[in-house]
Amino acid sequence: MTSYIIRRLLQIIPTVFVALSFLFFIFFLLPGDPARLIAGGAERNVDPGVLERVEERYGFNEPIGEQFTNYWQRTIQWDLGESFLTNESVNEILGRKAVASVRLAIWAIIIEIIVGISVGLLSAIRRYSIGDRITTILTAAASAIPVFVLGFVLQYLFAVQPNKLDFPEWARLRTSGIGPDTWTFFFIPTGEQWRYLILPAITLASVTTALLARMTRGSMLEVLRADYMRTARSKGLGEREVVLKHGLRNAMLPVVTLIGIDFGTAIGAAVLTEFTFNWPGIGSQIVTSVDQRDLPVLLGLTLAVVLAYALVNVIVDVSYAWFDPRIRLGKGEQS
Amino acid sequence: MTLTDPAAPAALEGTTDPNGVEDLGAARPLRIDVWRRFRKNRLAMVGLFFIVFLVLVAIFAPAIAPYSITERTSGSARQPPSMDHFFGTDNIGRDVFSRVVYGARVSLKIGILATIISLTIGLLLGATSGFFGGTIGTLIMRLTDVFLAIPYIVLAVAIATVLGRSENSIILIIGVIGWTSIARIVRSSFLSLKRLEYVEAATALGFSRSRVMFKHILPNALQPIIIYGTIAIGSVILTEAALSFVGVGPVDPTPAWGKMVAEAKSSLTNAPHMLFFPAGAIFLTVLSFVFVGDGLRDALDPKLK
Amino acid sequence: MADALPSSAPAVLADTNVLLSMRGLRAGFPTDDGFVRAVDGVSFDVERGEVLAIVGESGSGKSVTAMSILGLQPTLEVAEGEILWKDRDLLTMTEAERRSIRGGDIAMIFQDPLTALNPVHTVGRQIGEMARVHEGLSKKQARERAVEMLDLVGIPEPGSRADMYPHEFSGGMRQRAMIAMAISCKPDLLIADEPTTALDVTVQAQVLDVLLDIKDEIDSAIILITHDLGVVAGLADRVLVMYAGRPIEVGTTDEIFYETRHPYTLGLLASLPRLDDLGDEPLVPIVGSPPSLIRKPSGCAFHPRCRFARVPGNCDSDDPALRLVAGDAHMAACHYAEDLADVTVESLRSSVDVHAESELHDGQLGVDSSLLEAGDEALVADVSVPEAVAHPGVTDRAAGNVEEWPIESDGPRDDEVTP
Repeated sequence: MTSYIIRRLLQIIPTVFVALSFLFFIFFLLPGDPARLIAGGAERNVDPGVLERVEERYGFNEPIGEQFTNYWQRTIQWDLGESFLTNESVNEILGRKAVASVRLAIWAIIIEIIVGISVGLLSAIRRYSIGDRITTILTAAASAIPVFVLGFVLQYLFAVQPNKLDFPEWARLRTSGIGPDTWTFFFIPTGEQWRYLILPAITLASVTTALLARMTRGSMLEVLRADYMRTARSKGLGEREVVLKHGLRNAMLPVVTLIGIDFGTAIGAAVLTEFTFNWPGIGSQIVTSVDQRDLPVLLGLTLAVVLAYALVNVIVDVSYAWFDPRIRLGKGEQS
Repeated sequence: MTLTDPAAPAALEGTTDPNGVEDLGAARPLRIDVWRRFRKNRLAMVGLFFIVFLVLVAIFAPAIAPYSITERTSGSARQPPSMDHFFGTDNIGRDVFSRVVYGARVSLKIGILATIISLTIGLLLGATSGFFGGTIGTLIMRLTDVFLAIPYIVLAVAIATVLGRSENSIILIIGVIGWTSIARIVRSSFLSLKRLEYVEAATALGFSRSRVMFKHILPNALQPIIIYGTIAIGSVILTEAALSFVGVGPVDPTPAWGKMVAEAKSSLTNAPHMLFFPAGAIFLTVLSFVFVGDGLRDALDPKLK
Repeated sequence: MADALPSSAPAVLADTNVLLSMRGLRAGFPTDDGFVRAVDGVSFDVERGEVLAIVGESGSGKSVTAMSILGLQPTLEVAEGEILWKDRDLLTMTEAERRSIRGGDIAMIFQDPLTALNPVHTVGRQIGEMARVHEGLSKKQARERAVEMLDLVGIPEPGSRADMYPHEFSGGMRQRAMIAMAISCKPDLLIADEPTTALDVTVQAQVLDVLLDIKDEIDSAIILITHDLGVVAGLADRVLVMYAGRPIEVGTTDEIFYETRHPYTLGLLASLPRLDDLGDEPLVPIVGSPPSLIRKPSGCAFHPRCRFARVPGNCDSDDPALRLVAGDAHMAACHYAEDLADVTVESLRSSVDVHAESELHDGQLGVDSSLLEAGDEALVADVSVPEAVAHPGVTDRAAGNVEEWPIESDGPRDDEVTP
């Protein structure tokens, strides 16, 4: 088991390396003067001051190979450079934004797991009931709405309208930015903070919750048909016990993997959600820095995200292996 | 000493009812069965109708839309829906209805073309990886991992920055990013199918490897691909919307729905219709593809009843 | 439809030795194409301590019959009939009552132990669960019981095995573990659904031995569902042969094997390859395939495949009832069961199956005698011979003429059943 973990962790390195290099080359190798590209993008006009700084910083006169090695040499030491625009250390920016993103993400995950799994299980158990049909449509709908549209709709319903219609203060939610820095236990909002948190959290959770509910339902349906469920019933267990004791754990196995795959979608959704609600997290920062062609920030933050994603995948794989004794103990058959 | 089903001479196969009633053992063509089951799924049929409707709208856009996509009615920006402008006007006075109608063309074009690109790349890579296995297989899978490691938004935005913004670059971007899931599905299909006996038989008969791959394994691997492809069109449309929203989508005056939603962001308070109609169009379209995809999946796998 | 209750049934209700009594059960599955009549009039009794084998091909309804006893098939619709367990009808009980019977009084052993055991629970826990549910044992006590049971079925080192997972066992051991699970509350009846089908031949024998030992040990009756006649010969006291959803012959094992009274059973026995066969002798199958259970053939369900079918005649118009044909309790559902007293399995195997060479054409048999050689012996039923009789070697399918053998004769002989 430990060797498996170590192997998986080591696999992250080449993946991250190739991924980031790929990004690197997109900016440096594709047509166009790289400095110009970075300074202004393919269509914009270039600000000569920025252009000069870029060339100096990145030494575009040097051959590409050297630039590449320079970049990686610095990165390995976690020297991510400074922002082109504000000259602030990328590490500091990363720190700040990461905290905000993680807080949002934790809540989205909590909602996703609680709501998604219970909805999925219930609709599988009560298949073809009205509740199941409604849920099917709702989850399909939730995965069909673009995240940002949902964000807008929620904003409209819970913030814009209440403001217009003069709801009392306690009923109004916030749509933009992050509130006062009042958190306990790192992620529990106190005071006004929750008003700012709740809409983005729900929005972010929506897409993944829908997917999770569908997958849980599918998995549970398969489990309900399994032979060992029939065996359990033949022992005289009541239906409830059969489902809870025998079915649940088996149904959850593929769901665990899905939570991991979901993470990728979640990151994408997070970017959009943060952008929509002006939540100052890594996601919205990445978007703005692409717009501003702020390369060090972009590359640095992306590196952090890629690493985090890779780690999450490893954790998911390992926990899957741990939950399923067939994998944990190896397929050792004994006569 | 076991008794298995006696091998029946061909002459007597199926002749169990001397009264000549249709023998239920005779195989009906698979397609008919699948279509029958699909038809019963109401949601899927609704989805299908909407998609057909959308295609017709896209084809006959010039006849349906009262205005062109650039035409401005002076003095009436951000007007709510009226008889003149069914969906109202946007922030520079263009008719939202006409733009949504033409937008159908944009979305369908991007959706279908990008999906085709993804499917092709994914199919080739997945088939090669699954069929040959070994080093090539693992290498390709590592490649998939790399693509998956970078959040798609970042990747898309990065490529878009370089390639510039246009409909075609969006198609290319989404197509090239989206092959990974298909490749995985195809690969695992091939991995399991290639062990089946009829493949062994084909190889033993001396068929070349590519022939075995294409004529024997591929048709069976097709099923998950069809399902995935259908749903993928919907998610491509979503992705296009997201990219437009973030600012790397097609440029003006292309009436891409996602772009229209992005432009509506600032007018949310006083002109919500600018958001509502294109967003609604996206929603209904994607939902239809999801229903159809689900319906296909249920229809192709009868065990799911 | 035939009357499901045998007319001369052995005394049932009064007999306190009878544990289970199935009466006229008709049940099936509604499908898009119609109602599948999987169980179409099944009646039998099981007495204390006996082994009743239910035999049939795939699709004969034997598994569904077994599953219906414990109500383990939720999609099954019961149209009529009763299943009496010690005089209480299982079909009309409350769910709670049924649950107490499952495992406690009647336990089931399933066909594929790999899928029938929960992969994420240890074997010991699954075995012990039975006792926890029915006897309220604690976790510790249940585990002890599990170890005890594993020992009883002959699994070495039961103590450590109890903490292992199903995939860590070999096929035979898994099946033994299932048996251990089934017997842990000493049920009065065990239903074994094809317990050896998923196993290697060598392992099959071991598992069957275990079953025999267990039966004596805990004095339970066994209903053994199988398609393997070899298994039946070694284990069963009585045999019930099913075809197309209903019993077509019932009797003791000896009666079924040596005094067969139904063409189908004869066919089954004849198709078994034997150790003393020469290597190149062809097998003797029953031609054709089992009928659709949605639209069954008219009359006797077996007649399209029956060598002795008299068509047209009552074989294709009247459904034969299960009736007493020999001895005290030997029953068969065939109009001409008594005639089979002269036919043995050996004769069946050594003669040519006329039926095999024929085609059904508008319900009449047409025979291609060119496929036969001089000296071939054939078994035919008494079929009506039309006036214009063809010379051997000539076939006339369209007219539906039937030829008879042996071929060296000049003309056909009427009413000849040649052994």
